[in-house]
Amino acid sequence: MESEVLNTALRYLGAGFSVGFGAIGAALGEGYAAGLASEAISQKPEASGNVVKNMLIGQAIAESSGIFALVVSMILIFGSPETHSSIFAWAYLAAGLSMGLSAIGSGIGSGLPAGTCCLGIVAQPQMAGKITTTMLLGSAISQTPAIFGLVVAFMLIFFDHANMALHPGWAALIGAGFAAGFGGIGSGIGAGMPAAQACSGMARQPAASGKIFGTLLLSSAVCQTPAIFGLVVAFLLLFLDYSGMPANPGWAAFLGAGLSVGLAATGPGIGNGFTAGEAVAGVARNPDQAGVTSRIMLVALGVAQSTAIYGLLISLMLLFMTPKASDSISAAAKLLGAGICMGFGGIGPGIGEGLTGAYTVKEVPRNPDASGVLARTMLVGMAVAESTGIYSLIIALLLIVL
Amino acid sequence: MEISGADFVKGMALLGAGIAMGLGAIGPGVGEGFAAGKACESIGRRPDEAGLITRTMLVGQAVSESTGIYSLVIALLLIFVV
Repeated sequence: MESEVLNTALRYLGAGFSVGFGAIGAALGEGYAAGLASEAISQKPEASGNVVKNMLIGQAIAESSGIFALVVSMILIFGSPETHSSIFAWAYLAAGLSMGLSAIGSGIGSGLPAGTCCLGIVAQPQMAGKITTTMLLGSAISQTPAIFGLVVAFMLIFFDHANMALHPGWAALIGAGFAAGFGGIGSGIGAGMPAAQACSGMARQPAASGKIFGTLLLSSAVCQTPAIFGLVVAFLLLFLDYSGMPANPGWAAFLGAGLSVGLAATGPGIGNGFTAGEAVAGVARNPDQAGVTSRIMLVALGVAQSTAIYGLLISLMLLFMTPKASDSISAAAKLLGAGICMGFGGIGPGIGEGLTGAYTVKEVPRNPDASGVLARTMLVGMAVAESTGIYSLIIALLLIVL
Repeated sequence: MEISGADFVKGMALLGAGIAMGLGAIGPGVGEGFAAGKACESIGRRPDEAGLITRTMLVGQAVSESTGIYSLVIALLLIFVV
């Protein structure tokens, strides 16, 4: 096929992926916010003006990830590329994937605090200012993964990839799209959960708003870790010199690296959100126990992060252990299989351990005397939930090394 | 690229091993984590029954682990036997 034709075709396909995936999150998040706003108005119809104002502010932030996706689609459709080398075709497709997938989580995550903020200002009108500020901050943090996706999409579209060999360079570009795109889904949703609980917690317990805010800041920063892993691998795929990488099975190593870190980040991202949310709610219920609650929360967040780290590890091995050039399809299939294995395998333990952490930090403020036995049981339970993540790591390592 | 039949079969077996273990790991991870979470919630309510609750949690998790072990067995079969 002529490179010009391929170039145009994949630009359009990328444009479809970008706004197609990107529209999912913003719409869900805004719908959730509108639902809780209606509930809030039904509780106190005379406050409807204020509720609608807050709903619209929150929805506007949630909408931004959708607008990023729209902008990338527009650039892909109407931008005129200066070059017609076929490697750019894959960069355009990857840009659409990066932007679209990463916007899913941010849209959902931003909508969660927007909704609970509406309920909160109705329940506790004198706290309205603080609750709105908390909602703004939480929604903004939830947008981080979409911004990572946007940055990677712009790099893919506007940087010069002409010195990259088409084979296996095309796979490095698509891999970067997967890493930044899939990698952002979990962190986007996860960051919204503690922000949502902070808005309702401040309404219930105005005196604790300082401690709630502190726990929120700490936990939502940790929630971004998996998305940062994805961003790092996307940069590595875009900027390292891969002239030594053979065309086959190099393409499979690149795609596997993107899928491994991207998919594996989804679970810990969402799981961290569960834990962080319940920790913020727990601090709101019993501010006196904020110290021990935050400590156990941090332990839980750290353990739940493990499968994202395995995903990163497998990605780095795929990138840096340059395979021997070969004609065989099995040499490529095993590297792709390793990436898929660790990628999907990281999802379950991340979510599960996040749930364990959530229930534990929910009980700690209620029953601080039992915090020792709770933390012990939590760690035992998490260790068991980790097992399938470790099986995936072993299978992925076997596939790479054998 | 010349693709021989045996090489293609080997390749799909290895890809299949990755897919089997990858997807198979999702369920046990979520399920066991949920069981552990509920156990912690119960210990929070009844700390004096911690031993009994932990035992029950471990038994339940062991059962929930089974499909993960099936995936592991199939993945190892696809890598080493097929």
